Amino acid sequence: MMTNTRTLEIVVGGFIFAGLVALLMLSMKVSNLTDIGGTDGYEIKAKFDNIGGLKVRSPVKMAGVKIGQVSAIDFDNTNYKAVATLKIDRRYDKIPTDTSAKIFTAGLLGEQYVSLEAGGDDHYLKQGGEITLVSNAVVLEQVIGQFLYNKAAGNDKK
Amino acid sequence: MKTWFLDRLQNLGQWGLASLERLGRGTLFFIAVVGGIPEILRRGRLIVAQIYAVGALSLVIIVVSGIFVGMVLGLQGYNTLVDFGAAESLGELVALSLVRELGPVVTALLYAGRAGSALTAEIGLMKTTEQLSAMEMMAVDPLHRVIAPRLLAGIISMPLLAAIFSILGVYGGHFVGVTLLGVDDGAYWSQMQASVDWHEDIMNGVIKSFVFGIVVTWIALFEGYDTVPTSEGISLATTRTVVNSSLAVLGLDFVLTALMFNK
Repeated sequence: MMTNTRTLEIVVGGFIFAGLVALLMLSMKVSNLTDIGGTDGYEIKAKFDNIGGLKVRSPVKMAGVKIGQVSAIDFDNTNYKAVATLKIDRRYDKIPTDTSAKIFTAGLLGEQYVSLEAGGDDHYLKQGGEITLVSNAVVLEQVIGQFLYNKAAGNDKK
Repeated sequence: MKTWFLDRLQNLGQWGLASLERLGRGTLFFIAVVGGIPEILRRGRLIVAQIYAVGALSLVIIVVSGIFVGMVLGLQGYNTLVDFGAAESLGELVALSLVRELGPVVTALLYAGRAGSALTAEIGLMKTTEQLSAMEMMAVDPLHRVIAPRLLAGIISMPLLAAIFSILGVYGGHFVGVTLLGVDDGAYWSQMQASVDWHEDIMNGVIKSFVFGIVVTWIALFEGYDTVPTSEGISLATTRTVVNSSLAVLGLDFVLTALMFNK
């Protein structure tokens, strides 16, 4: 049995230190803690007919590079559209006002994200701006429905 | 014929009432011990000695298990994911499995077996050799002096052990996946970081291990305190500790998972 108090206390201190380091590493290396509270950015809005599976904190990408996140998703009661608020990193402040926003899926079954394609305007989007050129998410049921309808129409023509 | 049936019913009733009575005694025991914690916090030396006995001595089994569980997760995960062309998601699979479920639960089960049974045997022996009664006669409350430091040590140690288990498992999975099987190193970490949420996954895992620490240590201490003061009684008590705390951990895990990971 440990009678040497000093050794015992050193071992316990080492154990607690190892535990805290493990927690720290879990937070830093394993989780997304470094992403949270990071982006200090400006907010722009985009109105979609259907946002599909887009969620808050879904990435906003331009040319495949993440430039921001979806910070809020609301519903517009007057024209029945989904309003997505995109928080763009302040470093990327030269996004033209005629940029188009599309909702894509990463991979085949992955999470959905907003992809921005630059327009050609000289004016840039600022805080509170809105992207008017939008294209909706691809909803699987609609695609299947369209396919079946086309198939049926093709059969009818014979 | 009828008396046989009634006898069985009577046994069932006796068992039910005895279980309830035990649960009540255990709860009163817990409340009394928790009441002694403020007093014990002033005597750090006692708590440190218990953290050594309960936490530091469990490190060997936790470290080895963590590494091997992570390695197995990496291996089995790769075998299945590669059929779907999703081998790059191995990091996400290993990390989420460990942080959400395997870390807290397996650590709690190992802890119940190693530290729980040791606590039960120790307290049971103290009761059998009448050390607890002797303390009471000296007007030292054994629940405060002996039991409370051990409960506190268990509550402090469990989350630390679970965190150590999880992080070593992640690196074990990395060793198998990236070094041995050829998964891309960058993809392993980046997919993991994109999908493991600090609040939802890691904090919930810590809360789970916290709850498990309280429950397992409580059961271990109570079984020791309540044991029949014979050697056979202590043997029964240690068995009950390991069985009951394992069942409690698995049952609570389901409840906590349902509460925390509801979509």
